[in-house]
Amino acid sequence: MPKITVNNKEIDFENGMTVLQACELAGAEIPRFCYHERLSIAGNCRMCLVELEKSNKPIASCAMPATEGMKIKTNTPFVEKARRGVMEFLLANHPLDCPVCDQGGECDLQDQSLFYGLDNSRYTENKRQVKEKYMGPLIKTQMTRCIHCTRCIRFATEVAGIPELGAIGRGEDMEITTYLEKSMESELSANVIDLCPVGALTSKPYAFEARPWDLKKTETIDVMDAVGSNIRVDTYGWEVKRILPRINEDINEEWISDKTRYACDGLLKQRLDTPYTRENGRLQKTSWDLALKLLINKLKSFKPYEIAGMVGDLADLEMIYSFKNFFEKSLGSTNLECREDRTYINPTERMNYIFNSKINGIEEADTILLIGANPRLEATILNARIRKAYIKNKIKIYSVGDPGDLTYPYKKLGSNTSIIKDIVNGAHEISEKIKKSKKPLVIIGNSALSSKSGQYIFETIKNFLFNNNFIRKDWNGLNVLNQHASRVGAIDLGVYSINDNNNFSFFEKMDNDEFKFIYLLGVDNINFDKKDKFIVYQGSHGDKGAEIADIILPGAAYTEKNGLFVNLEGKIQKAYKASYPPGDAREDWVIFKDLANKMGKPIGYNNVKILRDSINNHINQKITNNINKINNIDFVDENILIKPVDYYYTNSIARSSHVMNECRQISKKFLFTGIEKAS
Amino acid sequence: MLKDEDRIFKNLYNDFGWEIDKAVERGDWSETKNLINKGKEWIINEIKESQLRGRGGAGFPTGMKLSFAPKKVGSRPHYLVINADESEPGTCKDRDILRFEPQKLIEGCLISAYAISAHTCYIYIRGEYFREGQRLQEAINQAYKKNFLGKNACGSDWDFDIYLHYGAGAYICGEETALLESLEGKKGLPRLKPPFPALVGLYGCPTIVNNVETIAVVPTILRRGSKWFASLGKPKNTGTKIFCISGSVNNPCNVEEEMGIPLKELIEKHAGGVIGGWNNLQAVIPGGSSMPLLPKNICETITMDFDSLIKAKSGLGTAGIIVINKDEDIIKCISRIAKFYKHESCGQCTPCREGCGWMWRMLERMSKGEANYKEIDLLYDVTKQIEGHTICAFGEGASWPVQGLLRHFRKEIEKRSHEEPLIKKKSNIPYLIDQHLLEKDNA
Repeated sequence: MPKITVNNKEIDFENGMTVLQACELAGAEIPRFCYHERLSIAGNCRMCLVELEKSNKPIASCAMPATEGMKIKTNTPFVEKARRGVMEFLLANHPLDCPVCDQGGECDLQDQSLFYGLDNSRYTENKRQVKEKYMGPLIKTQMTRCIHCTRCIRFATEVAGIPELGAIGRGEDMEITTYLEKSMESELSANVIDLCPVGALTSKPYAFEARPWDLKKTETIDVMDAVGSNIRVDTYGWEVKRILPRINEDINEEWISDKTRYACDGLLKQRLDTPYTRENGRLQKTSWDLALKLLINKLKSFKPYEIAGMVGDLADLEMIYSFKNFFEKSLGSTNLECREDRTYINPTERMNYIFNSKINGIEEADTILLIGANPRLEATILNARIRKAYIKNKIKIYSVGDPGDLTYPYKKLGSNTSIIKDIVNGAHEISEKIKKSKKPLVIIGNSALSSKSGQYIFETIKNFLFNNNFIRKDWNGLNVLNQHASRVGAIDLGVYSINDNNNFSFFEKMDNDEFKFIYLLGVDNINFDKKDKFIVYQGSHGDKGAEIADIILPGAAYTEKNGLFVNLEGKIQKAYKASYPPGDAREDWVIFKDLANKMGKPIGYNNVKILRDSINNHINQKITNNINKINNIDFVDENILIKPVDYYYTNSIARSSHVMNECRQISKKFLFTGIEKAS
Repeated sequence: MLKDEDRIFKNLYNDFGWEIDKAVERGDWSETKNLINKGKEWIINEIKESQLRGRGGAGFPTGMKLSFAPKKVGSRPHYLVINADESEPGTCKDRDILRFEPQKLIEGCLISAYAISAHTCYIYIRGEYFREGQRLQEAINQAYKKNFLGKNACGSDWDFDIYLHYGAGAYICGEETALLESLEGKKGLPRLKPPFPALVGLYGCPTIVNNVETIAVVPTILRRGSKWFASLGKPKNTGTKIFCISGSVNNPCNVEEEMGIPLKELIEKHAGGVIGGWNNLQAVIPGGSSMPLLPKNICETITMDFDSLIKAKSGLGTAGIIVINKDEDIIKCISRIAKFYKHESCGQCTPCREGCGWMWRMLERMSKGEANYKEIDLLYDVTKQIEGHTICAFGEGASWPVQGLLRHFRKEIEKRSHEEPLIKKKSNIPYLIDQHLLEKDNA
C-alpha cells in the first residue's frame, strides 16, 4: 500500500483516496464545508487547506488526490493562518444572527469558527443582504446566511436527480436559487436541510420550534414505506418535533424521504386518545372497561367463521403476532389478511415476497427490469439507490409499464403482459440482454402483483430467473417491491388466507358478505361496503377505518412503542420508543393480551421478551433454502397499469399531517402549470 | 530596436491587407506541408529550443506544454483550444492578430494541432470581439477554400477542422479550465487541478489550451528556425512580443518588439512619451491590470521580460502596459481595478468571492480619504489571505495590483487616511460595548 506522511506520522492509504481522507486516517481533523462524502468534490470553500511539502501554496486537501510519499502538515502556523483567513472571509458576509437562527447549536460554521476563527471581526463594511427564496413548504431559506458551499446544488443534481437548484450571478452576487422560485419537485428535497452547513436552508415546519440541546433523541426506524429507513426522532416532552436520518449504508445511506421526515406532525393531530363506541349511530367516548366488555360480548355472539381480522400498513411484529394469536387461540378464527391492496403472494418460501438482491445489491446489478413498479413513489430511498447505480455504472434500466419520471433514464418496453411472455420465451430483445448480464435485477411492483395477471407475472419471472441461474447463493435477482412497512412482517407471521387454488380466499368471503364481524388493526387504506357488519378499529389515528367502526380502541403510533419491523429486504429492525401514546391510548399488543385474558383464553405470554423470542422462532422457521416452482400458469393478456400513488397521502399519519397536505396541494398544482406532463 | 526583417507580425497595422492572398504573399502558408512532414517530435523540439514562453500571461514554456499531451491517441480524441478571450484590461494584442494576421493563427493552429495529434481546434473568442470573430471566420473560410484546412489539410495528410466559439464576456472565461467549462456549455467556473487539461480537458479528453499570440508565432519560428528566435531577446525570455501601450501616453499603440527592451525606450519611442513628459510619470502597470504596478524609479531601468519583471516583484503578464502619470489619482486607479475584479470574480471559492469586494470597498474609502491608517495593514492582510488560497489564479490577479499599490505608494495612502480607528487599543473602552455607539456620527 502507498504511504503518506501526515504531521510526521507515516500511514498507509488506499489508492484513490484524497489527502483529506488520508489525513483523517492519520487522525488529523480537517475542517470543511463544501466537502461531503456522498457528493462530488467541489473544492470551493477552501477551508480544508493544508501544507504540502515543497509547495509554496497551501493545497485544498479535499480535492487533491493522495500520492505516494506526500508530506502533509495540518498543524503548522502556516495552515492555521490560511484557515483563519478563509474563516474570516466566510464570516465577513455572514450575519451574526445565531440567536435567532434555527441552525444554532448544530451549525458547522459556528463550531468551526470557534476552533479555527478569529475572536473578533475586522470587517466593518455593510454586510451583503440576499432576498429570501421560495423553495416550497419544507425548506425555509435565509439566503443571507449562505456560504455558497453548493452542497445543496450537488445533492439536487446528483442524488435527487432534479437540476432545479443552481447558482445564479457571479462573485459576491452569486445566489443559490430554484431559478423560478418554485418548490423543489423531489421526494428527497428536504435532505438539503441536513446538508446545509449553515442556517441558509432550514426546516420550515420546524422553524423556531426547539433548540437541538433541548430535544430528546431516539434512534429508531421509519414506517412510511417498506424501506425501513433509519431515523432519529427528536422529541420535546410528548411532541415529536422533527425526524432526521441516521446513517445506515445498507438501507438509506444518509438520506430520508420528505414523507419520512415531515409526516411527524401528523402524530399530533387526529389522534385517538380514548376508546369510543357507536351509540345510535354516533361515536361516544367511553372507558377501556366498558369498551372491552362490549367487544367481548359482541365477539361471543358471532361464530368463529364469521369473524375476520385485517392488519394495516403500519403494524409492528409484536402487534401482528399478538393479533394472530388472539384470533387463533382466543377466537378460533383463521380469517386473517394483511393485503389491503390484494396483491398476489406465494408465501411458500421467504424469497417470494422480499427484495432479495438487497438495497445495497442494486449497486452491483448490471441490468434492471422494473415490472409494474414506480420505485420513485413506492420506495423513494430505493429509487435514489437505483439512480446512484445508474450514475456509477451506467446500467441499463427497462420498465414494463409506464411509471413516469424516475429521475434517471430508462427504456419503456410497453405495458402488455405479452412482453413478459416474450422475455421469458426469449422472443424479446431484452431477453438476451438479461441472460448475458451477470447480475440482473427484476423488480416486481404492487401494481403488477395486484393485477389479474399477478400470479402469471410473478411465477414466470421467477422460473425464468431460476432457469437462467439468476437465483443462486451469491445473487438473487428476484425482487418484490412492497409498499407497506408491515407487509413483509405480516406475511412472515402468516397473516394471510390462501387456499390451494385461490390466492384471495379472504377477499372472496368478504365480498360475499360471509363475515359479520371485522377487526381492523390499523387498516385505513381499504374501501368496502360496511352493510350490517360489526367493525372494530384499533389504531392510532381517526382516519378511514375509525370512521366506519363501531368500537374504536386507541393504540400507539410507531414512535410511541418499542417494536420490530421487517423491511422489504426481510431485515428485522428494532424501533424504539421516543414518546408515549396520548391519553388513554395503549400499546397494541397489550390490548390483545388484556382482551384475551378477560375472555379467559390467554394468548400465552405476558412480557415482551417471551413475545419476541416467539416471533423470532416463527420467522426463523420461514427461512429455508428450498426453491419451489409453480409451472404452467395460464397466460393472462392484460395491460399493466401502474397505480397512481398519492405520495403524500399514503397512510393515516401522513393524511393527518398539515405539512404533507400542503405538499400534496403543491404537487397537484404542478399538473396544471402547463409545463408539467399531465398524467 | 527590432529590425523590420525580424518582425513576425508584419501586418500588425493592416498596411498590407489581411486577406489570405496578401498573407500568402507575405510568406504565410509557405512550406507548411514540409514543416508538418518533419514530424511531431521535430516541431515540439524546435519550439522547445526556441524557448518560446506562453504569451497569455503566465509565461509557461510552450514546447513543454505541447509535450504534455499523450504521445499516442487513446480512446479519446485530442483537442487544441485557442484562448482568444482577451479580457485583461490594458491588453489588445490578440485583437490585432485576429483582425490583421488571422492566417498566422490558423496556420499555427494546424501545425500545433498536428504536433499534439489533434484533429479539431476550437477558438474561444471573446463575445465582445464580434467583428473580429466575423473577420476570423472569413479568414477560416478562405483557408478552407484553399484546402489549407479540412480533409488532408495543406496536403499534409492530416485532417483538421477549426471551430469558432463566442464567449459571453466573462473575464474568468479566459482562465484555461473555466474556458473549457464555458466551451462545454456550462457556467464558466474554473476546475480543480489536478487533473490538468492536458490529460482531462475538454469533454474529458486531452486538451492543450494556448493563447492566440503563442500559436500565431509558431509557424514563423519553425520556418526561420529556433535559433533565430532564441537569438532575439534575453536567454529564457526569447523572441519578440507585442506590447500594448495605453494610458497617459501621447500615442497609445500596439507594437511588436524584442523581449527585454527597456520600458523607457518602449514608452518614449513607440508611444510618443508620457503625457507631460517623463518626469510626469507616476507609475506603470507593466503586464495588464493583474500585475503589480512599478513606480517611476524602477521604470527608469526596468527591461520588459518575464524574469526581470518578476525580480522587480511584478510580472510581464500579457504585456499590456498601462501608464499612469501624475495627473491621475493612483489610489483611485487601483480602486477601479479592484472594482473590476470584484465584478468579475466567479464566486466559486470563498477567499476571492468575499475578499475582492472587501478590497474594493476599502480602497474606495481610502481614495476618498475616509479610511484610517490601521486599515492599510488590514488591506494588506486581506490581499495575502486571498493570494494562493483560491482554485485559479484569479485570486492572485486580484490581490497583486493592490499589493503593488501598498508596496510603492503606502505613504500616499497614509497621507490621505487620517481618520482615527474606531476603537483604539489604548483607550479604556470595555470590550463588550455596542460598537455602533462608537461610530463617528453617534460618538
